[in-house]
Amino acid sequence: MSGLLQEMTEKALALNIPLSVQLDLTYRCNERCVHCYLDHDDHGEMTTEEIKHLLDEMASAGVFILTLSGGEIFVRKDFFEILEYARQRTFCVKLKTNAILIREAEAARIRDLGVESIQISIYSHRPEVHDAITLVRGSLERSLDAIRFLKSQGLRVVIANVLMIQNVQDYTGVRALAEELGVESTLDPTITPMMDGNRSVLSLSVDQSALQQVFRDTGLVGNVDEFCAVAAPADENALSSLPCSASHTTCYVSPYGDVFPCVQFPLPTGNVRKQRFLDIWRHSDQMNEVRSIRIKDLTTCTQCSHVSNCSRCPGLAFMEGNMRGPSTQDCEKSFARTGVPSANMLSKRRAAANLVQIRALPALASASA
Amino acid sequence: MSRLFVARNPRVAARCLDGEMMIMSGRDSTLFTLNRTATILWQAADGTTPLDEIVQSKICPAFDVEPAEALHDAENVARELASHEILQISEEPIPPATALAGESR
Repeated sequence: MSGLLQEMTEKALALNIPLSVQLDLTYRCNERCVHCYLDHDDHGEMTTEEIKHLLDEMASAGVFILTLSGGEIFVRKDFFEILEYARQRTFCVKLKTNAILIREAEAARIRDLGVESIQISIYSHRPEVHDAITLVRGSLERSLDAIRFLKSQGLRVVIANVLMIQNVQDYTGVRALAEELGVESTLDPTITPMMDGNRSVLSLSVDQSALQQVFRDTGLVGNVDEFCAVAAPADENALSSLPCSASHTTCYVSPYGDVFPCVQFPLPTGNVRKQRFLDIWRHSDQMNEVRSIRIKDLTTCTQCSHVSNCSRCPGLAFMEGNMRGPSTQDCEKSFARTGVPSANMLSKRRAAANLVQIRALPALASASA
Repeated sequence: MSRLFVARNPRVAARCLDGEMMIMSGRDSTLFTLNRTATILWQAADGTTPLDEIVQSKICPAFDVEPAEALHDAENVARELASHEILQISEEPIPPATALAGESR
């Protein structure tokens, strides 16, 4: 984050302003990614007029960065009408898309509307791997064509790659592809549970050895020794800090108008069809509960050696059952990074040892003697 | 002396945070913040009101400053913002961009 953006974020935090919002326009999608956490059926998306009204409310509330995502945003027939309206309200608009519906004309329109960046999901440089994840034949080729169209318009494109069992060998290939295309790339090893709580997709997560390999790749992490070092013990400042920006300067709105602290934090806090966006942001009990949590309030994690530099996601912790608890996926990342098990992992090991303790039965022992 | 007209560049993103305008350049995503004077100028930059009128009606009353001095400063600010493509300046009125003629809050 740039110094000035950091300064603005701190100002927004002090003023209780939702500086950045992700708005999912639809959960419908033209791909069927094997790791996706969404239900793609339409259960009553907001209409064009409802979304425009919400954008007015969000602009008045001080929202500056607006990420339009889904589902696939381009399956909405009114997408450009919404985008144009958002830009008229001078939001800094970022798009997340698979881009397979973006051709030359769409790329030119996106440029004309002054979009800040377009994040595009690419899972492999090999069609047989990428298309096997999206379950759409030819999807890699179409997404790459779209990237070229967008680049030719001078737009900022970011390739987003999610690491999973299927593509674990390909992230260096994706990075090379990004360099060849002249675009940025990110890599995320986190698989998110389904929004309904179903955790079966987590079986696609990569194992410890793959995480270790990723965390020791200088091209990704820079200085490996620094990145993989165990953190210094948390001081009072670290313990008083916020777990993340969710509910503090950011939140998420679903296509049905439900407001959550974050896209990865499915705690309902209100619905913009029934309440004003700003009222939900300021007065929702749930939003304020999340807002009240400091690192020192976290159960288990305060005892952990990783507490001051863990990537712990409060939303993933919530999906595990306790928003003040650990997020096991992040414990695994800290372990892969440093080789030091987290307090949560040690606690689980102790519990497991108690459950499977095996002792010779006295009768059998004497019989065999 | 010719009059100067100023218009917000429709390609930038902007939001007012506690009286100060936060602006992201459409050219290279650089973030800028404007002080309160520049923020007033930005908000009034509709392409049709001449800069001297903006200074007279919006800036002088807010800051208790001499009109000639305020106009000189405002012209410098406008040219500086134009160099970053945040503002458009012209000696003729600037018609609103057709696609993005929105107001900034």
